[in-house]
Amino acid sequence: MVSALLFPVHILLIGLAFPLGWLDAPDYESLRSLVIHPITRLYLFVFIFFPLFHWAHRFRYTIYDLLQVKHGAQQPIALLCYGAALLGTIIAAYSLLTIA
Amino acid sequence: MGFEVSDVTRSRFGATRLYHRPMPFWWWLQNRAYFNFIVRELTCVFVGVFAVLTLLQIRALADGPDAYAEFISRLRTPGFILFNTVGLAALLLHAVTWFKAVPTTMAIRFGETRVPDQMIVGLHYVGWMVVSAVVACILLLR
Repeated sequence: MVSALLFPVHILLIGLAFPLGWLDAPDYESLRSLVIHPITRLYLFVFIFFPLFHWAHRFRYTIYDLLQVKHGAQQPIALLCYGAALLGTIIAAYSLLTIA
Repeated sequence: MGFEVSDVTRSRFGATRLYHRPMPFWWWLQNRAYFNFIVRELTCVFVGVFAVLTLLQIRALADGPDAYAEFISRLRTPGFILFNTVGLAALLLHAVTWFKAVPTTMAIRFGETRVPDQMIVGLHYVGWMVVSAVVACILLLR
């Protein structure tokens, strides 16, 4: 849900409009002061945490369906998916807590 | 698949196994519905990648103006522009199919009457537009 609601506008602006010069990107200082704000930090954490686990969950079952994964091979795949999502979440939490 | 054979079945038919219909490996290429399903599910890959890219952008921002400028210049390369274009299309598909699925997964009732599916979907689109507008204002009006 988070990714559905928030990612399109972010990709449109940060991924296309700003790099292609359609709109003026915020400069470094104003962006930094925006990100440092505690609410923005929380927003960005949610922005990364939920979509990572969304990916992990959906990708895990899609791999099961695509490759017809048998019972024995399912656990390593699940471990990789949720493990990667957890790692990303931890890095995000650390980065957002320590940005100054 | 994890089906359990009940004791009744076992006692009646001996060591019976449930029949597991073999699926062809390329089952998802067999018709449009299966293919669309897989495409829809694979949009989650773009979700994961953009989450990671956002994290990298945050780290670049934290590392200072030079690191951030380098990250931004990388976003301008044709490769990234192409990826972002395809990714935006994938995320739009992700959002539209998600909103379409919500009424099936979330049935809101007021007593006997159920909230109509179209209203739930419509409210999601409205919320989507509002949230996007707020984010756009925050990023553009600085």
